[in-house]
Amino acid sequence: MHKIKKGLSAASPSIMAIVAGLLAGFIILLISNPVSAMRGLATILLGGWNNGMKGLGQVLYYATSIILTGLSVGFAFKTGMFNIGASGQLMVGGFVSVYVGAMWTFLPGHLHWMVALLMGMLAGMCWGMLVGILKALLNVNEVITAIMLNYIAMYGINFIIKNSPLHDRLRNQTINVAANAVIPKAGLDNIFYVLKGRFHDASSVNGGILIAVLFAVLVYILINKTTFGYELKACGYNQHASRYAGINEKKAIISSMAIAGALSGVAGALMYLAPPTGMHIHVAEVLAPEGFNGIAVALLGMSNPIGIVFTGLFIAHITVGGGYLQSLKYMKEVIDVIIGLIIYFSAFSLLMRDVMRSIGKRRSKKALEGEGKGAKR
Amino acid sequence: MSDYIIQMLHITKDFPGIRANDDVTLELKKGEIHALLGENGAGKSTLMSILFGLYQADGGEIHKDGKKVEIRNPNDANAQGIGMVHQHFKLVHNFTVLENIVLGVETTQNGLLKMDQARKKVMDLSERYGLRIDPDAYISDITVGMQQRVEILKMLYRDNDILIFDEPTAVLTPQEIEELMNIMQGLAKEGKSILFITHKLNEIKQVADRCTVLRKGAYVGTVQVQDTSVEEMAEMMVGRKISFTIDKQEARPGDTALKVQGLTVDGRHGKKAVNNVSFDVRQGEIVCIAGIDGNGQSELVYALTGLMPISAGTISLMGQDITSTTIRQRNDKGLAHIPEDRHQYGLVLDYDLQQNLALKNYYSDQMQSHGFIRFGQVRDQAEALIERFDVRSGRGPETVVRSMSGGNQQKAIIAREINEDPQVLIAVQPTRGLDVGATIYIHEQLVKERDNGKGILLISLELDEVFQLADRILVIYEGAIVAELNGKEATAQELGLYMAGSRREETHA
Repeated sequence: MHKIKKGLSAASPSIMAIVAGLLAGFIILLISNPVSAMRGLATILLGGWNNGMKGLGQVLYYATSIILTGLSVGFAFKTGMFNIGASGQLMVGGFVSVYVGAMWTFLPGHLHWMVALLMGMLAGMCWGMLVGILKALLNVNEVITAIMLNYIAMYGINFIIKNSPLHDRLRNQTINVAANAVIPKAGLDNIFYVLKGRFHDASSVNGGILIAVLFAVLVYILINKTTFGYELKACGYNQHASRYAGINEKKAIISSMAIAGALSGVAGALMYLAPPTGMHIHVAEVLAPEGFNGIAVALLGMSNPIGIVFTGLFIAHITVGGGYLQSLKYMKEVIDVIIGLIIYFSAFSLLMRDVMRSIGKRRSKKALEGEGKGAKR
Repeated sequence: MSDYIIQMLHITKDFPGIRANDDVTLELKKGEIHALLGENGAGKSTLMSILFGLYQADGGEIHKDGKKVEIRNPNDANAQGIGMVHQHFKLVHNFTVLENIVLGVETTQNGLLKMDQARKKVMDLSERYGLRIDPDAYISDITVGMQQRVEILKMLYRDNDILIFDEPTAVLTPQEIEELMNIMQGLAKEGKSILFITHKLNEIKQVADRCTVLRKGAYVGTVQVQDTSVEEMAEMMVGRKISFTIDKQEARPGDTALKVQGLTVDGRHGKKAVNNVSFDVRQGEIVCIAGIDGNGQSELVYALTGLMPISAGTISLMGQDITSTTIRQRNDKGLAHIPEDRHQYGLVLDYDLQQNLALKNYYSDQMQSHGFIRFGQVRDQAEALIERFDVRSGRGPETVVRSMSGGNQQKAIIAREINEDPQVLIAVQPTRGLDVGATIYIHEQLVKERDNGKGILLISLELDEVFQLADRILVIYEGAIVAELNGKEATAQELGLYMAGSRREETHA
């Protein structure tokens, strides 16, 4: 009980930010199309429910990748680093797992998707570790290297796909991965579907969401229960004191970025190890937006792994809801604006809390003084 | 016309959660040197900041020459003739002495500087009060003592006649302190009124006429210094009787614990921060490295503890060469370190107390199994150390260290380091910024560890501390050890000469 209370009070600034962000979003809806504004807000709040259980499944599917990138960013935050490179790590991880999924057809049964997932994770890990190595050994700012590595990943992967048998020239994207390499549905398709006549119209959700939650728990344990987590957090809080205590802070930086990269790599693998009807890597000059949404998720979840699961689900919920806004003649980008506003408000909420406190104090003091004067009279 | 030039009557000032001044009255006579005595956190600086207009009092009045005045900011204070020498000087380093003095009150003609008049006034003042300066030297090139004289001239140049000195002796050598005392007496003789903030009783005894004592924000009393003994003033300050001399037996040194040979550390600008330093520390003795701040003490300690690379020399601990080992290996071999900056190095301020107390042993088999921290053990250790070292905090082992007082933070560090059962304990300014009670406690702990057969290397800037604790004194000047003195026989004068670099033992260098 005590723990739940503590968690709620820790989450209250985030909840305030969400409410404020939604209100501001409502104003935007009012300005752009006043007639449908109420219905628009309802659509956003309903999120996946707009399309019943299938919509809910879509929320879980979308949440999978942003929970993992959120964990990636949040974990790096704990060690005092800003991982803006989740996008690139996700691309690299996704690409390698697609390669394994499509090419290593000699792997039997379930082993195939497992190996593909693992290789994607390792690839993301290497990509993240590169940032850590540059930071630890050459003192290059991680933000700069991560941003540059995002572009290197995107253009590099486009180049490789175009010049490899992975290229589906017709659709200008990667070919389908082998059936064995698709992440199993884990029975979730039997829950999250809508009936169209007698046809089960299932959502894209798969076992990935379970893997994402599993990783959240693992990260939670790693951060809070192990000596390794103790070292990483110490480095994040105070690098000098960590060095003084004999902690190898270079190792901490490298391993922290490697783990952050691995988590983003898993996100990429779970996104692209999809059935033929699912996602493919397009040859396009676009950085994977899931990486940047991970920053929002981590900020809103205050880098707490369990909090990140919830904020990931929430952001996915309103994003899916935002997709349905188009039926009301709104641009679906409105939802990106709202998410942006929520992030701003969550950064402000800490500031706001301090302001509120000092106002409250002044008031109670004035009241006291007033009483004192009254008594004298 | 009042006897008093400044009266601060019933001043009260609140900060969130603490009353810094509670009905404090301070009355300054014209031409007197009035000491303001109190421990750290007693509210001295707050009171002076109110007088200087940096804070506004929540209650009480300030009178000048018997008339009530409002001081809202330092400009108001300046207009009332109040000037202040801050503990950390407020000088522009790449300006000359003269430029610093006139800064803000430049004499101009048609928008052009007229430095000649200013120069004449400064040189007159300098001569009249015996404040030796070189008006054309850059601040960055002159000694701390001269910088302080520049600060004093700044006040005089603005025709201030109420001068506040905030802990002016903390950064000076004994000789410079002597000179400052003479200057202060000269200023008082010329009719200036001086407020002198300090916690050093000997200095008060030497120059002050009267002394006002604060304790925990409250006014304790004002005494005539002549009629009051040092012990009585100390008791007023602390609120109980204290013994200044700690019980310290003759040292019985054993084997060499720490041996340093030819240690050299490169500094900035191609200079050597530590230059060919050799010494050793034996078990059961306290060796003190005395010197003025910035003469290579920090670099020496960083080199010994492994925080900074060395360019030459060897270090050995209990006969084992540790020159090229990591920080962790040195810790494990028995080198403990109470760092100079407890916030930057000594503590992870956002960790709670139990986590900080485990900072040096969280990886030991006692505190973890298979990589998982044994929280029960961490807590037990914290509770035992809190009990043994009397570390006070709001929520025990779970107190976030940032919220603890400086004295208790320092106690926590000392508890952690002593708990490691080291062979050699390096303590760098272990009592910096602490009140008398905590200082004595920490001194006692160091002596106790010495008597337990540990080698103690103490780096201190406070001469009182050096004489109090040291069995042997090494004087460091510009990165080199210039003298080795016996802790019992050395005098402050002698030590001061070495510290200022005006004498060196040729045999030792």
